[in-house]
Amino acid sequence: MSTRSNIEIVTRPHVDNFINWSADKAEVLVLSADLTNSCEVGKWRDTYPDRFFSMGMAEQNMLSFAAGLAREGFEPWLHTFAVFLYRRPLDQLQMSVAYPNLKVRLVGFLPGITTPGGVTHQAIDDVAVMRTIPNMTIVETGDATEVESVVDVAHAVDGPVYVRMLRGEVPRLFPADEPMQFNRARVLSLGGDALDAPAELVVLTSGILTEEALRAIPALRSAGVSVSHLHVSTLKPFTDPTIVTALRSATAGVITMENHLTTGGLGSAVAEVMAENSIATPLHRMGLRDTYAHGASQPYLLAEYHLDALSLVRVAENVLDRPLGVSASDLTKVRVAATHSNAKVEAL
Amino acid sequence: MAFSASPTAEQIAQGIRQRVLAHVLANNGGYLSQACSSAELLASLYGNVLNLASTDGPLHPADFDAVPGPEAPRISGGIFHGEPGPDLDRLIISPAHYALVVYAALIEARRLDEAALDQFNKDGSTVEMIGAEHSPGFETTTGSLAQALSTAGGIALGRRLKGETGRTFVFMSDGEFQEGQTWEAIQALAFYGLDSVRVVVDVNRAQCDGPMDSVMNIEPLATKIKAFGASADSVDGHNIAALTHALERPTGRPHFVLAYTDPVRGVPLMNERRPVLHYLRFTGHDERAKYEEFYEALVSTESVSSSGGQA
Repeated sequence: MSTRSNIEIVTRPHVDNFINWSADKAEVLVLSADLTNSCEVGKWRDTYPDRFFSMGMAEQNMLSFAAGLAREGFEPWLHTFAVFLYRRPLDQLQMSVAYPNLKVRLVGFLPGITTPGGVTHQAIDDVAVMRTIPNMTIVETGDATEVESVVDVAHAVDGPVYVRMLRGEVPRLFPADEPMQFNRARVLSLGGDALDAPAELVVLTSGILTEEALRAIPALRSAGVSVSHLHVSTLKPFTDPTIVTALRSATAGVITMENHLTTGGLGSAVAEVMAENSIATPLHRMGLRDTYAHGASQPYLLAEYHLDALSLVRVAENVLDRPLGVSASDLTKVRVAATHSNAKVEAL
Repeated sequence: MAFSASPTAEQIAQGIRQRVLAHVLANNGGYLSQACSSAELLASLYGNVLNLASTDGPLHPADFDAVPGPEAPRISGGIFHGEPGPDLDRLIISPAHYALVVYAALIEARRLDEAALDQFNKDGSTVEMIGAEHSPGFETTTGSLAQALSTAGGIALGRRLKGETGRTFVFMSDGEFQEGQTWEAIQALAFYGLDSVRVVVDVNRAQCDGPMDSVMNIEPLATKIKAFGASADSVDGHNIAALTHALERPTGRPHFVLAYTDPVRGVPLMNERRPVLHYLRFTGHDERAKYEEFYEALVSTESVSSSGGQA
């Protein structure tokens, strides 16, 4: 795979895409809890004022209210920060929405350490919590193409769906005509001739960390490592045969990389699949290790918590038990993350 | 138990109390005080107020099949309220531990087979002790209290979007006004002007730990509800005429009928158990014998005491 230094950056991909997508779907409503522009549905509200409902800063009521709307045949799309969808209103999410398997869409913004808002705004345990909820489907977006296509994936599910959503300036890592596929990982690079051919390393990444991994993988390959890289967007169910095939192909080790705690998320899901399929390969889970984070920029936090591209190289060296001679300058150039750009002017 | 052709609300109320007492005697315990306090509320709803389609006679409850999921469609206990219709009313039960009382009310209203109570709290039955959405009379799963009002708000908003004119009633217990979600719901109902939502509250001032004023005060309830933008009537919760009038009265706002009730109404023996009335479990043979004796007397004077549960 060639370097990715010229990644297209799409500004607010959700805004117009969601408006256009909703045009012929009268059952689609939007509920917001005072974070309408922050969740990129201000223009949606102005386009479809009769289908937009401001619920105020009252998430418990919003979750149960959405359940009532869904029972009447509507499809409410709740837009707020991820933390406010599953922490404060968890009982309402479970009892009002998940138990009756209602078609409520939970669009959670600011996953993990994508926000400088600090611990109160950083959803670092959302996947872990949501994975324990029966009937819940979990999908995570990793680029602009997935932000655009996740709406179709969620819409097709007969039950509640939680979306880890990206906003603002979002890279387009995947071709616009290759939409997110439900319960199918994207194979981004192969260590051998085919997915089931032996590869020293199998790297599974999700969300924003796929971009980090894409910066490191070319350097690993240049250093002679055979590495397969998969991008995972469906976190529940976790039954994708592509993933099992890839995991079986690992000869030295498997590395997972997630914008989340190492407990309960992608790494845990992979560990479960490996154990259940008797895949006896070392697994290294990259993520937040039993810690909260704090308010700082995404690049700063990625480096602090050893989740950036260079950290992946170091973990690969550990797993392979040999130095690779890769330094920061060998990695694909860092995208300029505009933390305080116009795109995030209404950040909080 | 013999039924007259079309029971009055008074007869339904008396039947609820009697039926729940008989059940508690047969099962050595149960939620009796809830029947004593709310008999006239549910009787007013089923007997006088609710505009529901009739059922095809008293229905037999289904066995429990499966929890809802992708392969298992939801089963609604709302079928005991008849086929829903755009101009018909709905009733959402919030305090799910009133299930026994709700089942008794449905039996008295000829919507539920009286043999259903034989399945109460039995394994594999939908006639559960804490009702859920598959249980007779229940549309939602509200054992975690104070969620039904919000869900009813969503239902009412959805019905308005579809142009439906029927009302959405909610039956609540007063303890639920200790939960913050209830107040979130009221502010949203008022904000969206959902005057099709009409709530009746059993203000029995008793909760699990004992008298409400020793657990957490909620008064002045009517003042607070009105301050949140809804309308509220405080009525004698054992006066069927007053309840019926308050429930029917159009106010142009989401409307709350605060039915002040007596948790031992009709069964004064329970005064001996004060202050904790939430769940009755007989302390021994002697107490049980006293309730049996009381029940026998109640049944024998049924014809003269059907005027609203006078104790």
